[in-house]
Amino acid sequence: MSGSPVLFALDALTGALFLLTALGVVATRQVLASLQLFILQSLLLAFSALLLGIAQGSVHLLAVAAITIATKTLLIPWLLRHTVSAEIYRTREIERVLNIPSSLLIAAVLIVLAYVVATPLLGTAAVPFARINLPLGIAAMFLGTFTIVARREAVPQLLGLLGVENGVFFAGAAIVPNLPMIAELAAAVDVPAIALVIGMLTRRIHTRLGTTSVGELASLRDH
Amino acid sequence: MQLIAILVVPLLASGLSLLLGRRFAAPITLLATAIVLALALTVAAEAARGGHVAASGAWLTCDGLGALVLLLVAFVGFTAALFSWGYIGESAKHGRKNVRQYYALYNLFVLSMLSVPLLANVALVWIGVELTTLLSAFLVGFEDTPEALEAAWKYVILTTLGAVLALLGFLILYWGSRVAGPGPYTWPGLVAAAPRMPPVLLWTAFLFILVGFGTKVGLVPMHTWLPDAHSQAPASICALLSGVETTAALYVILRLFPVVAGAPGLDARPWFIGFGLVSVTVATLLLIYVRDFKRMFAFSTVEHMGIILVAAGLGGADAHLGVAYQITGHAIAKSFCFFAAGVTVLGVGTQDIASVRGLVRSSPLAAIALLAGGFAIAGAPPFAVFVSEFVILKAGLASGQFFVVGLLGFLVVVAFCAVMLHVNRMAFGAAEHEAQAAALPISCKLTLVLAAIPLVIVGIYVPAPLHDLLKAAASAMGG
Repeated sequence: MSGSPVLFALDALTGALFLLTALGVVATRQVLASLQLFILQSLLLAFSALLLGIAQGSVHLLAVAAITIATKTLLIPWLLRHTVSAEIYRTREIERVLNIPSSLLIAAVLIVLAYVVATPLLGTAAVPFARINLPLGIAAMFLGTFTIVARREAVPQLLGLLGVENGVFFAGAAIVPNLPMIAELAAAVDVPAIALVIGMLTRRIHTRLGTTSVGELASLRDH
Repeated sequence: MQLIAILVVPLLASGLSLLLGRRFAAPITLLATAIVLALALTVAAEAARGGHVAASGAWLTCDGLGALVLLLVAFVGFTAALFSWGYIGESAKHGRKNVRQYYALYNLFVLSMLSVPLLANVALVWIGVELTTLLSAFLVGFEDTPEALEAAWKYVILTTLGAVLALLGFLILYWGSRVAGPGPYTWPGLVAAAPRMPPVLLWTAFLFILVGFGTKVGLVPMHTWLPDAHSQAPASICALLSGVETTAALYVILRLFPVVAGAPGLDARPWFIGFGLVSVTVATLLLIYVRDFKRMFAFSTVEHMGIILVAAGLGGADAHLGVAYQITGHAIAKSFCFFAAGVTVLGVGTQDIASVRGLVRSSPLAAIALLAGGFAIAGAPPFAVFVSEFVILKAGLASGQFFVVGLLGFLVVVAFCAVMLHVNRMAFGAAEHEAQAAALPISCKLTLVLAAIPLVIVGIYVPAPLHDLLKAAASAMGG
């Protein structure tokens, strides 16, 4: 079924680039670059789903690939440009909690951690592509979570969240090739809904407060 | 058939609220939630008799635990709709508020919570829980103040992050169930497949879901968004968020309990007790120092979620009956507390505990409601929470887990004193100047009366059908 070493090698290459884009989001200084990296990452996710769909003969994964391209590379960027265009095209640096070298150091630790989490799972069943996709997907999830924690602004936090979602799908494509409903529904409905709700909320915060540095919103504290 | 109607009615009400405008939105929503409550009662009655309600093939099902959660969501959905009528009407007098949007989203939010206990397919349950966040985001930010928007932001980002982490858990769970062999991806299907699943897959999935949905339940240390969202939303929404939305997410975690218990060599109980005790401890400390009375009730939610988790971790049929009882008592009492907090805010215009003194003279109804709510949620007799906490502690003692029970009992008493101290000062403290509180809308008063009925009844005497339902719910947890 998955005997093709070419597909396997291609998926490994895709996975490596996928991880690089996640690292790029951690390191980048500007919102537009973050968005472009997210689009690139989504394309790589779609490509991996396509490869796995061909290798495992799963129509569902081909659908996931198509939906990913439609929603994450076209619909979501369009939505964001319309709801929060001022945010995206601003050229100053994103406010961050940590500087870039320490961020990358933490990112490296998180990638190792992802392998620690994923390795015991891989021994349980023969799913060859999971060897690539599961640890890298989990790594992208951890990096996305870290992005949310380390960024203080609305749109970068949203892009971090979508990065986590990309990581889940990257891992999911390998471990559950035949789970049609959740993967397709989540990809088709949930992800754009998240982007829409958060985008609208960002715009409301922007018009109401004149800033989207959500990290500076700290009136709600316990002393 | 009822199950489909339960999901269709709120959908219709949402559309009608949007179409017909603000004058009709409130009565339509009230009518729809009343219908849903009546339907939920019939479903619960059937489930209490040991029945298993199903509809539209195998897509919607409802057993004891599902029926209990369904009934609680329907009940709070109804009382909060009644409360909204007056409360949102008052609130909309100040500033431009989109009342139509409020009711449209209100119905959809209730719909998403109703769907969680009804959906048979576990993958769809995940989507249901995820939708509860997305549909309530703008309800949390409804007041449109900087604080409300900040709360809405934290709420959406953190609980969605949690849900996405849980999604990987559900995918791994599916993977494990496929390795175990073909079978439906439903809760009973998972319980059946658990012994044949690779334990490491099941365990990893469990941890991802526990942490992911635990964020939505408000377990410490993922609770940071909860006091903000639960204090800044309008009181009617707070009642839903605190009373039943947390319960709906907790329901999913509780469903995993028998699945994990069925796998050889796995034991989720220490994790339940650990997370639960940490949550109760932190919430109790925060309860002592809290300054805002809506935040106080929010911290009390964290405390109660912790108690329920500890009770589930104690294990055994008696403790699980305590879980079902505590879920019920908490949902009823906490929604009542937020209604009381809502009328207090309407009366005095502040949420600051220190600024509210002598409420019993300026707004007697609000003061009585706050006192009753405080006693009920803190666990004084004759209210339901007292009985459920008693059942839990007794079950723990019977199974010899003295340390856990001792610590839990101590914390519950401290939390009781903290809540009552704050409420007592607000009600009876000497006011610097006696201000006449604003008059309360009739629908808010009516809500307090309606919501108080089960609050007292369930504590004094549990009707036989309800007792059967609680037992059925406990047995669904593997008790």
